[in-house]
Amino acid sequence: MSSYRHSFDIIGPVMIGPSSSHTAGAARIGRIARSLFGVEPERATITLYGSFAKTYRGHGTDVALVAGVLEFSTDDTRIPKALHIAKESGLEVIFKTAANTDYHPNTVRIHLTAGERSFELLGCSIGGGAVEINEINQFKVRVTAQYPTLVIPHGDRYGVVAAVTAILSRYCLNISMMEVSRRGRGSDALMVIATDEQPSADAIAEIEALEAVKSVASINAS
Amino acid sequence: MRFHNLAELVALAEAEQKPMYEIMIEEHVNETGQSRDSILEKMTESFDVMMASVKRGLTEDIRSFSGLTGGDAKRVYHYAQQGRTLLGKQATEAVAMALSTSEVNAAMGLVVATPTAGSCGILPGVLSSLEGSLGLHRDQLVMGMFTAAAVGYVVANNASISGAGGGCQAEVGSATAMAAAAAVELAGGTPEQAIQAAGLALKNVLGLVCDPVAGLVEVPCIIRNGFGSVLALAGADMALAGVRSIIPPDEVILAMYNIGKTMPVELRETALGGLADTPTGRAIEKKIYGEQDQA
Repeated sequence: MSSYRHSFDIIGPVMIGPSSSHTAGAARIGRIARSLFGVEPERATITLYGSFAKTYRGHGTDVALVAGVLEFSTDDTRIPKALHIAKESGLEVIFKTAANTDYHPNTVRIHLTAGERSFELLGCSIGGGAVEINEINQFKVRVTAQYPTLVIPHGDRYGVVAAVTAILSRYCLNISMMEVSRRGRGSDALMVIATDEQPSADAIAEIEALEAVKSVASINAS
Repeated sequence: MRFHNLAELVALAEAEQKPMYEIMIEEHVNETGQSRDSILEKMTESFDVMMASVKRGLTEDIRSFSGLTGGDAKRVYHYAQQGRTLLGKQATEAVAMALSTSEVNAAMGLVVATPTAGSCGILPGVLSSLEGSLGLHRDQLVMGMFTAAAVGYVVANNASISGAGGGCQAEVGSATAMAAAAAVELAGGTPEQAIQAAGLALKNVLGLVCDPVAGLVEVPCIIRNGFGSVLALAGADMALAGVRSIIPPDEVILAMYNIGKTMPVELRETALGGLADTPTGRAIEKKIYGEQDQA
């Protein structure tokens, strides 16, 4: 699968500067984290690696990541004020830097919490605003957000994948990419499904109603 | 997409007797299922944002957030109007308009990444210049954006468009190649000439490192956008004159990728080497962030 899919992956995004990878891409990763978490976070712990760690202040990466967690899009003129807006809305933000030469140079780990709930994602910004999510709650994944994507934590047992894909089939949703991973046999598992068409709320509700499915989060194509 | 490199793109365009931008639009329709009209409309909106950023930098007093840069676009534009430029008025204006967009970007203004924000000045600089020199209107210039997108699509998927991944050659280099190809098609050149222009232009920035002072997208990024616009026009003129890149454009892209992979991390958007590590670069960094420990 190509990392860049069509014209607007190259000409675009329309965005607040100064960097498509370190500002727009960072905002997209932050927003994906917020979408997958599903609720308003009380605290965001953000760890920056590589070039992100070295240049985040000059590129506004810190500001953009928080803007994304606040659900701002890449062209939102409030981006420059995101840290201030987070403070006012009661979102506590902690920044850390770390080294890991195995990661892509523009990598960030975002940990979100709200009460008892917590969520973690590892993502990288590969250039021109395109992003990849490499881990979701320690599950290795490869989510590019080029397509509408469903992220479905579920119990590892037979028939779950078939049940989910049967629902997608009934709603005429074509799967462009799919991956399934698990912590161990019969343990927690995670299904990631990208589709050509946007799944409707009804389709998502049907998947959510399946017994082995814990939740369904969706990411809109960027 | 039915093409994965520039040679396949040209083969399609020649077989179907269409410009490359037409092939790109059709492939985009097939890939996404979106209608042709909606794609053209979205690209036109992006064109308008680009032109607004060009205009903003030429009419408003732009200062970057750091206070380090701004105002050069206006300087060059006014100079161009005095009629005694060495490059000629159109090319000097292309420089001014490229600087303008990049200055707006550094001020956290609204821009279109083409293909990145760090290199967002080059395509608008070239398109605005062609608007003047060739008398093209908006709908034609939007087609040039699809030519640029087609070349950028190939570069991004076969090499890199990220300074952290491949240095400045991946950003300003890619943008220059895209703009050069667009200029050729808009000037009525063939698809083959368009990719030759891209190859010629990209060759001239191979090895260019990403060394932003204080990690800002300002020095040397803004000035490099100004130069990139002229380089794109020069590449287009050479290709239109019949000059060919002896190393085929697809192999130039591959060379760019391989050079990027072997570039030390200090020169890939980490602000650790190059201009960022000069005495003045370090002094600027200290002035902006104070004495606090660098991340």
